[in-house]
Amino acid sequence: MQLTGAQALIKSLEREGVDTIFGLPGGAILPVYDPILDSSIRHILVRHEQGAGHMAEGYALATGKPGVAMVTSGPGATNIVTPIGNAHMDSTPLIVITGQVATAAIGTDAFQECDITGITMGITKHNFLIQSAHEIPRVVASAFYLATTGRPGPVLIDLPKDISQSKMEWWYPETIAELDLPGYRPELPLNDDALALAVELISRSERPVLYVGGGTLKSRAAAELRAFAERTKMPVVTTLMARGAFPDSHDQHLGMPGMHGMYSAVTALQKSDLLISLGARFDDRVTGQLSSFAAGAKIIHVDIDRAEFNKVRFADVALQTNVATALRAFDEAEAMPQNLDVWWKEIRTWQERYPLVYDEPSADGPLRPQHVIEAIARSAAPGTIVTAGVGQHQMWASQHWQFEEPGTWVNSGGAGTMGFGVPAAIGAKVGRPDRTVWCIDGDGCFQMTAQELVTARSEGIPIKVAILNNAYLGMVRQWQEMFYEERYSEVYLSADLPDYVKWAEAMGCVGLRAHNLEEMHAVIAQANQINDVPVVIDFRTDSSEKVFPMVASGSSNDDIMVHPLLRGGAQ
Amino acid sequence: MSPEPFLGQSDPAPVRHHILSVLVENKAGVLARIAGLFARRGFNIYSLAVAPAEGNARFSRVTIVVDAQSAPLEQIVGQLDKLVNVVAITDLAPKDALERELLLATLPVNDDSRASVLDVAANTGASIVDVNAVSVTVMLAGTPGACDRLEKALEAFSDVALQRTGRVALPRLGQTANV
Repeated sequence: MQLTGAQALIKSLEREGVDTIFGLPGGAILPVYDPILDSSIRHILVRHEQGAGHMAEGYALATGKPGVAMVTSGPGATNIVTPIGNAHMDSTPLIVITGQVATAAIGTDAFQECDITGITMGITKHNFLIQSAHEIPRVVASAFYLATTGRPGPVLIDLPKDISQSKMEWWYPETIAELDLPGYRPELPLNDDALALAVELISRSERPVLYVGGGTLKSRAAAELRAFAERTKMPVVTTLMARGAFPDSHDQHLGMPGMHGMYSAVTALQKSDLLISLGARFDDRVTGQLSSFAAGAKIIHVDIDRAEFNKVRFADVALQTNVATALRAFDEAEAMPQNLDVWWKEIRTWQERYPLVYDEPSADGPLRPQHVIEAIARSAAPGTIVTAGVGQHQMWASQHWQFEEPGTWVNSGGAGTMGFGVPAAIGAKVGRPDRTVWCIDGDGCFQMTAQELVTARSEGIPIKVAILNNAYLGMVRQWQEMFYEERYSEVYLSADLPDYVKWAEAMGCVGLRAHNLEEMHAVIAQANQINDVPVVIDFRTDSSEKVFPMVASGSSNDDIMVHPLLRGGAQ
Repeated sequence: MSPEPFLGQSDPAPVRHHILSVLVENKAGVLARIAGLFARRGFNIYSLAVAPAEGNARFSRVTIVVDAQSAPLEQIVGQLDKLVNVVAITDLAPKDALERELLLATLPVNDDSRASVLDVAANTGASIVDVNAVSVTVMLAGTPGACDRLEKALEAFSDVALQRTGRVALPRLGQTANV
């Protein structure tokens, strides 16, 4: 069967089980947009290429399947660089297809030419510049294999226009051997010596903590984690990238560690004698000052990526495998720590003394952002997916929403990409149309990418967006208040400009606003009734509200600052 | 004739240098991927030599001398191994490796200086590979230390055009490399 390169690309995507492409056409990718008309794949036309990338990420994080985005060359390609970098930092399986100028024009500074494989070399797991139509099936199959195995990540395919227009005889690789990836070994057998040593360290431990990172979700190890944790009675902390890997309602769960983590989670890591790191990477936001991080703890480091071992923190045992395999091996070896009653007694004391608190909102407003999130959460259906941008609202969402299952928390962790929330919510809703999807956003983040509400409305994707509108770039404001003597520099945004209700309405969405508690309850109820179009709510929140607990940048986790309401005692 | 005036004292490559012999797929951009990785991770490269591997058009061998003080060797190898086009990495400790390098240098000469150039060549084991009335080209294939000594000796002359290849290496007989 003779196909054009463009047809072969779309047919290859169909073979990989792709049901949705997020994209925006342009000159160099034009040939590929023709066979989309005849394909079963749904194409979602975005308003900016960054939106396509974040939507594909949201889709991937909510479904566990790779997200696919397609854009044209030059500025189309550079506009999607931020999502690629974001996916690279968070190990999200993402396939990005970019059009490229014709082969003969490459290197001539042709119209809308850019070296996107060069630009993205450092922020992709791998990228391909296709050289002939014949190799399209192999490249597409390889891209999906690379993006989804081992440590997942973004893979970019750059397709010159003349190749998408040229003919090829259709074929498709049936085996991994046909992919021709001689240097790629995503899974290695478990090292028995390392496993035995890990079991030995566990058996000696009196104060262990399961330090659960995003790799636990990526390796779909939530069931294994729960079984292991319940059998061994170890306390669990879930990082920002792992929220949902272990139920927040579980009484062994101490919550999120790190800069804005729960006091008990941060302190349990600090005082532990054994950290079992499960797909986590000792990020600076978790460790604080490295030299004083969990100084008395041995480390069992489980990671699929060997380059994570000893990168930040020395590992007493390094197990290069996926988290599910490691946990099953621990269970088979009947790894069991010492009696943890004393350890739990200590942890319970911290939990009782330093719970998550915030000031009571006054009935007349302004609203407390934490209270708004809890009100939305209380009224939300089980399994609701939450996305967020980056900043204070993201931390409050992670702290105050109860995550019970994988794929319900979609956020930008490593890269900290403002504006992630709205397009990620759209992608998550496309991937999980059966679920309610709330984007908890900040006013600063919302303004970066909210033109995609047009996409949501026109494509019939009814997401719900809660803007915690404090009129500021809130996290930066918090740092300026605390560390720059309240010298506020370029952080004020205005609560009224833009008018978020009019913005929503202009984009075909329902726009609502709440200044006080009565309005807050009313608009949340109203938003929950709307299931056909996107809803945007402008919640007017207190500008001075800060995220606590907090470990100041570069400080020791021992110096965690709790909320002022709790500062009578130890602080 | 005493060789002393012409001999450098030490190998300027750091004590903690390591030689990575990296088998890569012979594909466009592979070298950029390696160089980019070293640059963005802050790993130092002392030298780098690339050639087709074992007569096989599919693969090339890249010999990289790295500064294991700029980053732990384990980290360098771990990151390199993640490059999809990298097929195999062999780590050679200097004491276990046979290292060789090629140096070419062209010097302007006149009747007064020709003899001293020939002296340098003789004392450092370099050979004369090209010569005319006004210049001489010398070549040395030897250990990096020998090339260093020749280079130092040539500092006594002006207007020297000098080129080194960077080293290639194999395990010494009876030594096994870490893979």
